[in-house]
Amino acid sequence: MAKVSFLEERCKGCGLCIAFCPKNCLALAGHLNTQGYHPATLVDEGSCISCAICARMCPDVVIEVEKEARR
Amino acid sequence: MTETVKVYSRPKTLIDRPWHFCPGCHHGIAHRLCAEVIEEMGLQENTVGVGSVGCGVFSYEYFNFDGIGPSHGRAPAVATGVKRVLPDRLVFTYQGDGDLAAIGTTEMVHAAVRGEKITIVFINNTLYGMTGGQLAPTTLMGQVTTTSPYGREAKQAGYPMRVCEMISTLEGAAYVARVALFNPAQVAKAKKSIRRAFETQMQGIGFSMVEILSACPTNWGMAPLEACKHVENNLTSVYPLGEFKVPEGVK
Repeated sequence: MAKVSFLEERCKGCGLCIAFCPKNCLALAGHLNTQGYHPATLVDEGSCISCAICARMCPDVVIEVEKEARR
Repeated sequence: MTETVKVYSRPKTLIDRPWHFCPGCHHGIAHRLCAEVIEEMGLQENTVGVGSVGCGVFSYEYFNFDGIGPSHGRAPAVATGVKRVLPDRLVFTYQGDGDLAAIGTTEMVHAAVRGEKITIVFINNTLYGMTGGQLAPTTLMGQVTTTSPYGREAKQAGYPMRVCEMISTLEGAAYVARVALFNPAQVAKAKKSIRRAFETQMQGIGFSMVEILSACPTNWGMAPLEACKHVENNLTSVYPLGEFKVPEGVK
């Protein structure tokens, strides 16, 4: 599972998660969801640090964030 | 397979359903912060939320705890009744600036005067959002709204109303703070203030209020990020952020 997952159908494409991502690893997808918005998506998982700033800025509670557990 | 741990997931205090808010509206962030704090304080079964009329009208449809929809502006009066009958509950109102600073000014001021042990979460977006962006008492000077098409002028509509400054002069008010949501650091501060306000109430100290400067991209005619910048650059100079009153118990 990806570090950042989106409830794509709830996303309204406001872009706040993208604007405040410190690693610039999010972008709006090229396709539309059924609401007619371009949903936000994770494009660069390698540089994602699971900081969850995207989730904390999201006005629609679209985003869940996970990180690898320490052994 | 590598094991993962959740860093962030939807609080259980929010019902899993889509919201009616416009894209980039800060109401969503404010709703989520209230829900997160209530979950963290373990008060889901012990909370009564009182909604308002305006964009916050559906709060009882979104929060996963008891809620009441009062008539326009009367939320603090309804909350007073609930709190006096059920003093062990967390009772808070969620009101916009049209509801709180215009139509419900009396109820809000006198709840603070009486020192009711309730919390008001006040969303200030400088206009009436739901009805199409009309001038509110909190509208900035020169701001264009549907009922001030040439910008707010003092001779016609007076000056912006600073609710926190006014309420903090009252002895009954124990915790008064103004916060914003225009970047992640401010969101974290806002959450801390909501927590302090709820703790002020649960410790029985007195009336608490958190004013949240909130973006309304649709009625401001701005993109969501531009609206965040507008809050940072233009709202915070008229409505300075900070804690106006903090009781000893929650410092």
